[in-house]
Amino acid sequence: MTEHTLGEATQGVAASAHDLVKTYGKGEAEVRALDGVTIDLMQGEFTAVMGPSGSGKSTLMHCLAALDTPTSGEAVVDGTSLGKLKDKDLTTLRRERVGFVFQSFNLVPTLTAEENILLPLNLAGRKPDRAWFDQVVDAVGLRPRLGHRPSEMSGGQQQRVACARALVSQPKIVFADEPTGNLDSTSSAEVLGFLRRSVDEFGQTVVMVTHDPVAASYTDRVVFLADGRIVDELRNPDRDQILEKMVGLQDAASAKAAG
Amino acid sequence: MLRLTWRNLLARKVRLLMSTLAIVLGIGFLAGVMTFSTGLNATFDNIVKGSTSDGLVRPAGDIQGANAGVGTTQVITPADVETLDALPEVEDAVGSVDGIGSFLLGEDGKLVGGQGAPTLAFNYAPTENMAGEQILELTAGEWPSEPGEVTLDTSSAERGSYVVGDEVTMIVPTLGETRRTFTLVGTADFNGGGTAGATLVLLDTAEAQEIFLDGQDAFTSVALTAADGVSQAELAAAADAVAPDGFAGVTGDEVVKETQDQIGQFLDVISIFLTTFAVIAIVVGAFIIFNTFSILVSQRVRESALLRALGASKRQVTRSVLIEAFLMSVVGATLGLLLGLGLSRLLAGLFRTFGLDIAGEVLTLTPFTIAAGYVTGILVTMVAAFVPARRAAKVPPVAAMRDDLVVQEKGMGRRLLLGSVAMVVGVALAAAGLTGAPGTDAIWIGAGAVIWVITTAVLAPVLGKPVLLACRAVFGRVFGTAGRLAGENALRNPRRTGATASALMIGLAVVSAVGVLASSLSATNDKVVDDAFRSDFLVQMPTFQGFPAQYGDRMEEVDGVDLVSRQQGTPVSVDVDGRSDQSFAAGVDPAYFEIYDLTMVEGTDEISGRQALLSEGRAQDLQAGPGDTIDVSFPGGETVPVEVVGVFEDSPTTGGITVPLSVLEDAGIKRSDSSLSITVEDGADRATVKQDLEDIVEELPILSVQDKVEFKELISGQVNQLLYVIYGLLALAVIIAVIGIVNTLGLSVLERTREIGLLRAVGLSRRRLRTMITLESVAIALLGAVLGMVLGLVIGVVLRQSLKDDLTELSLPLDNLLVFLVVAVIFGVLAAIVPAIRASRMKVLDAIATE
Repeated sequence: MTEHTLGEATQGVAASAHDLVKTYGKGEAEVRALDGVTIDLMQGEFTAVMGPSGSGKSTLMHCLAALDTPTSGEAVVDGTSLGKLKDKDLTTLRRERVGFVFQSFNLVPTLTAEENILLPLNLAGRKPDRAWFDQVVDAVGLRPRLGHRPSEMSGGQQQRVACARALVSQPKIVFADEPTGNLDSTSSAEVLGFLRRSVDEFGQTVVMVTHDPVAASYTDRVVFLADGRIVDELRNPDRDQILEKMVGLQDAASAKAAG
Repeated sequence: MLRLTWRNLLARKVRLLMSTLAIVLGIGFLAGVMTFSTGLNATFDNIVKGSTSDGLVRPAGDIQGANAGVGTTQVITPADVETLDALPEVEDAVGSVDGIGSFLLGEDGKLVGGQGAPTLAFNYAPTENMAGEQILELTAGEWPSEPGEVTLDTSSAERGSYVVGDEVTMIVPTLGETRRTFTLVGTADFNGGGTAGATLVLLDTAEAQEIFLDGQDAFTSVALTAADGVSQAELAAAADAVAPDGFAGVTGDEVVKETQDQIGQFLDVISIFLTTFAVIAIVVGAFIIFNTFSILVSQRVRESALLRALGASKRQVTRSVLIEAFLMSVVGATLGLLLGLGLSRLLAGLFRTFGLDIAGEVLTLTPFTIAAGYVTGILVTMVAAFVPARRAAKVPPVAAMRDDLVVQEKGMGRRLLLGSVAMVVGVALAAAGLTGAPGTDAIWIGAGAVIWVITTAVLAPVLGKPVLLACRAVFGRVFGTAGRLAGENALRNPRRTGATASALMIGLAVVSAVGVLASSLSATNDKVVDDAFRSDFLVQMPTFQGFPAQYGDRMEEVDGVDLVSRQQGTPVSVDVDGRSDQSFAAGVDPAYFEIYDLTMVEGTDEISGRQALLSEGRAQDLQAGPGDTIDVSFPGGETVPVEVVGVFEDSPTTGGITVPLSVLEDAGIKRSDSSLSITVEDGADRATVKQDLEDIVEELPILSVQDKVEFKELISGQVNQLLYVIYGLLALAVIIAVIGIVNTLGLSVLERTREIGLLRAVGLSRRRLRTMITLESVAIALLGAVLGMVLGLVIGVVLRQSLKDDLTELSLPLDNLLVFLVVAVIFGVLAAIVPAIRASRMKVLDAIATE
């Protein structure tokens, strides 16, 4: 593996972006989804990435999660620079050091909850750590549902299975893409509560892309994106602060679109 | 990962079952053909080995009379047999009387055995085969022991509805009296089991001699059993030393080998013929497997992306699809082998109706067949699934995060370019074949045709567009919105439509190419008959065997008959540079030249005594011309030198070597006729004459009197019979292709669940939804049919061109093509039944709610 350590300065950083640029299309039709983003995501912290539609928040996450390659700049996960990695190494990195939670759950419909949770370990050919598995399953409260297929579970339960799946391989960082986007408020609270606990109790690093100020209020830090740049940041935010910032950004975006 | 693969298989049982069906049918056909061929070979082997003695004394020479279907006048006397029996090397010598020209009639007066396998009539004498067992074994009753008694083989007795004790009627080639009744005293079979359809007629020795040897106390051959410790070679050598002139001693092994060589060729042709169709079926099946996996993979884009995001490597994703294919192919091949076993029994049953009896116990799956079935099934499936499997792995992991994912397909540009290049290569190969490149023309053209078929399959999305556009326009006009939507649906995924149609395309390309050849063959035959049929009536057997000369004698006496030209055919061999050239000689009478005009290239057509005319082709092969003398060897071993006096343009009315009838007589060939050409006197009523002639042959049901029209019908009937067999065999490929359409439609319906729900929500009725799906199916079927027929026509015309020496006329079977088109539409409608019902049963709300 091409390990690329950036030295003492990155202690405590789970993932970072340095001047990331991502463009789609060419010439007139060129869209700059990311326009020079630099950010450090700290270990053991729950970070929310917010911004209006088209601000580049999902693209930022895809690039950091080794799902997409930036046009320029550098993304680093757990001390490894992604730019120089081949597909095979990226695959290994995703498998061993990154966890995902998707908006639309993305469970394999033919597998049971337990099998879905263990899928990343299966893919890696690793033996599950039973104690950890039990701890995670109990934390998401899924024990009675382990034998069920996704079609036999509610959306909230499915998303909790997805969370357990993200945690079971003990990744360095979990990326959650609008994890509550498809859930009602009760289920959302359950999922967010679980993500919060995973940070507090297990020391997990979680990065979440979201629209929802309520969801963002569960985090330690909110980063705001607009037009592919980081425009603001809040620490230990409450809901109203976030809402205020978002309205401001939304208005700016509308004004720009109108002008 | 394996578990995931397994679950995926189980979750998609129905659709995988459909593509497994393609493997099952393809492998089933292959295994069936192989099992049947093995069984056929084993049957003949058993019979040949079980019915041959250690040694044989028989007429010398290359051509064996009884095998060739002609009788010789050479005989071996009882004294000779005693001499042989007295040899220390010989334990037992048994004289046999083999006769040809006899036929068994069933209880209903119809011929038993028909026109396929021969009727073998001989005297019964207990004889041991090479294994020391009796050649013949009684299955009921007893052996014939006095004149008037007969023992038949079990199957012929059954087919004739006879039981022991019944009166049995036979046609025998004796002068004057042609029908003779016998008492059936027993039934028997060859030791090897079965008779492969031949009819065995065992007679008392004296009666056999009376019928076949004009009552001489003599034999046509002698079967020898070796004394203890004497080898076959020693036995044959000892027998040869004392054998009378014109006879030679040969080993049993030699006889077995000769027979196997003769039959082997015929068996190989059957086996290659059937295997060809199995291969076509498997290729068509491969297309369907490819298509099914392509669709499955595109439906699982999200799942593949998820796996990739969760850390599955590309190889793991590819392997997952391939393992799925592997498991499927194992199941498919297993079922296919079982199906093949059943199919081989069915084929055996079919051949039994043609008079070829194959014992059930030799129809078993050999280890080779089983291995071939699995290897072919697994290999074809894996190869077909490889491209889709690779495509699955190429799905970017980020796709798992997006809702609106469409896998970008590469443009058709590269495909079009490669396809065009391949097409040109195909044309070049075919052109090479036509312009006389080294080797067989058909191989060059065949290679070109294969490339065309593959290229057309690859380019079907492009080539088929006009057809689909036309469908859309017509459907839209006739069926309104549902029709237009159906047209759009067929157009929106050209690759899928093209690949589905390709399976049908291959089948129809072969069907059409064969159709062109058959139609050209019929047209050529018609022309040849028009040109050559100069007499008013032709009398011959469909098998061109000889029949007793007395019929011709009696026909000459019929009122209104002007000329009766008699012709007797026989196989002959001529030594050319030390190699013996096998061909066919016709003995003709002077009347032949009054009825037919041979177009002479050289010399004269006046022959008498020991003179001969050669066809152009023969003259070339024999390197002989007027003035040369050639030594012609006849069955029975006689060689007669004849002087070539003329060379004529090849003609279907006579043999390549044409001699006066007297030459055959000199060579010891028993007099019989193989064809009579009859002209009617001016003013005589043709119908009356024909009736009188038919009355004469009434007792010999397979000897027919034909005029020109009937003769044409007979020949085109034979061509058509073969054509229908080929169509029947191709039907399997077409059925597999239809399964492919069902499969694709079913998957498309599933994929469009949401869209269908929407259409229903905005007011499309169930009936019109079904119409829409049916029309899409018809569009696919039409696409396959049109592409296939156009390609098949081109291939057929090119092949005909390369065979233009034999197929002088080109004829396109346009009426047949129209029928195929209609059949394709019907198949399209049938294929849509199940998917259409499924789609119309979807609940509107569920359909919309489906993610």
